[in-house]
Amino acid sequence: MTLLQVRDLRLAFGGVQAIDGLSFTVDAGEIVSVIGPNGAGKTSAFNCVTGFYKPTGGSVTLDGAPVTGRRPAKIAGLGVSRTFQNPRLFGELSVLDNVRAGTHLWLKQNVFDALVHTPRYRRSEQEATDEAHRWLDFVGLRGDRAGLVRHLPYGEQRRVEIARALARRPRLLLLDEPAAGLNHGEKGELLDLIRRIRELGTAIALIEHDMGLVMEVSQRVVVLNFGKEIADGPPEQVRQDPAVIEAYLGRDADDAELAAAREEVRGVEG
Amino acid sequence: MSAVENRPVDGGPPVKPVRGRGPSLVTRLLESRRLGWGGLALALAAPLVIATPYALNVMTSAAIFVMLAVGLNIVVGYCGLLDLGYAAFFAVGAYTSGVLATELGLPLLATVPIVVVVTVLAGIVIGAPTLRLRSDYLAIVTLGFGEIIRICANNLEITGGPSGIYGIPGLWGDALGPAGFYYATVLIVALAVLLAARLGRSRLGRAWRFVREDEDAAEAMGVHTYKVKLAAYIGGAIWGGLAGVLFAAQLSAISPASFTFLWSALVLMAVVLGGMGSTPGVVIGAIVISLAPELLRGLADYRFFVFGVLLIMVMIVRPQGLWPHRSRETPHTAARSGEAAE
Repeated sequence: MTLLQVRDLRLAFGGVQAIDGLSFTVDAGEIVSVIGPNGAGKTSAFNCVTGFYKPTGGSVTLDGAPVTGRRPAKIAGLGVSRTFQNPRLFGELSVLDNVRAGTHLWLKQNVFDALVHTPRYRRSEQEATDEAHRWLDFVGLRGDRAGLVRHLPYGEQRRVEIARALARRPRLLLLDEPAAGLNHGEKGELLDLIRRIRELGTAIALIEHDMGLVMEVSQRVVVLNFGKEIADGPPEQVRQDPAVIEAYLGRDADDAELAAAREEVRGVEG
Repeated sequence: MSAVENRPVDGGPPVKPVRGRGPSLVTRLLESRRLGWGGLALALAAPLVIATPYALNVMTSAAIFVMLAVGLNIVVGYCGLLDLGYAAFFAVGAYTSGVLATELGLPLLATVPIVVVVTVLAGIVIGAPTLRLRSDYLAIVTLGFGEIIRICANNLEITGGPSGIYGIPGLWGDALGPAGFYYATVLIVALAVLLAARLGRSRLGRAWRFVREDEDAAEAMGVHTYKVKLAAYIGGAIWGGLAGVLFAAQLSAISPASFTFLWSALVLMAVVLGGMGSTPGVVIGAIVISLAPELLRGLADYRFFVFGVLLIMVMIVRPQGLWPHRSRETPHTAARSGEAAE
């Protein structure tokens, strides 16, 4: 079943065509990676899907409903959740409050409940707290949960951001370079985390530069270059694709460099 | 979602959550829920110490000022929207109840529901076009609206022009003496402070803080930032408008000169001085700002000079405010629900 369908997406910044006719799909429960050289338009594509950019052409549909150009909160309301390339947490709030943000859309509490402290208020606050703890456990956060989120180390902040996105209970989770800046051990934990998220039945679209991670977890890989899609298929197929190797290295590469690029695309095997 | 459990990651060390040290005795004392009751008791006991008409008048003004500061704190402290025209809502509330009471002969309390409706409308009219702007631009536009409201009051016939409205009845007609009016004001303001604090600790209150911290991230979590900001504006408008009713009742005469930019600046100063987003901080900030000039009266012509120097010194020594906001995680919420009893 197709959950996300992007068709002939176009986005121009002035004269620069950042995305030039991109089409791809994500099925329910699937992990799809979007890769490509820097400036290929990966993050721009994510921003179009989540409503942060208004595409200049093409369409985005979620579960059959058109969402092209709608505001991000509406798209989030349809079950899409995302993380950012650089973690964007609420720095002056506690770790728990950050994750409680994910509960905003489904927490049943109105202003009257809050003013009078009805039983529903107490119940929903307890629910939000329990949910925040549950997802912090799920991502394996190490650190003080009651403290400010900006006091956490970088790797832990990344975990909090994923926990916040999961507390939304999304059908589709978009992760923008979740492994950037993580050390080897943390990457291993991230790999495990992504697999456990898929076990929940959540579809994942992933932008990532770490080829080892991409080849390991993805069911399908979409390759972008200059805003165009140059390959789409299972990891084994994409890594053999001459167009992909060329995009990563350029046309005039000699044999030795090509071999090195193949290694790079192949990633860490086993 | 049955896979949700705290299991250690393969190969990694077991995941053990770390918790911070427990709060100190002073922190626990300051964050105690009884603190509010203590403050209310102090306010109610004050007339036992000094009950001259002058003192009662000053203390009543201070209480009204607290209500204004708590209302502006919703907009500036919780939601991070810099509003330089807050006196506009104060004026709308005071004039609405004043006009209704004098023209239609309504008792002042009966005007309250209409005041709420009118201030909500004012909040929407001023907020809807301006809240698309960010930070500095918003500040300038709100400054403009503050002046527009004052100039309207100055020129309209129904508001009495430059001489304003006089003969506004007290809260319960004239049944309350100055002491009675002081007690009534303190109780109303205490309720307003409590409700504003509760708003701050709700789903909406969190959404306000998310918007203040990072609008894009809030939007990505499904917070409709425009609606949420408008809600903050409307909340601030209601608090400001109701403070205006108390103001009209206290003075029994209002004029455009009562709602100058200086008011907006002073209320904002109270919020910043006390600690943005912190209810006890803002209450103390408001009391300091409204009482200090009175306490400094002995200095005659130098009192505003000394007042200014004091404010600058406080902001150098405590730039985060006298009583800054702390994120409220009680030991109960900081622990998982199963462990809360430990």
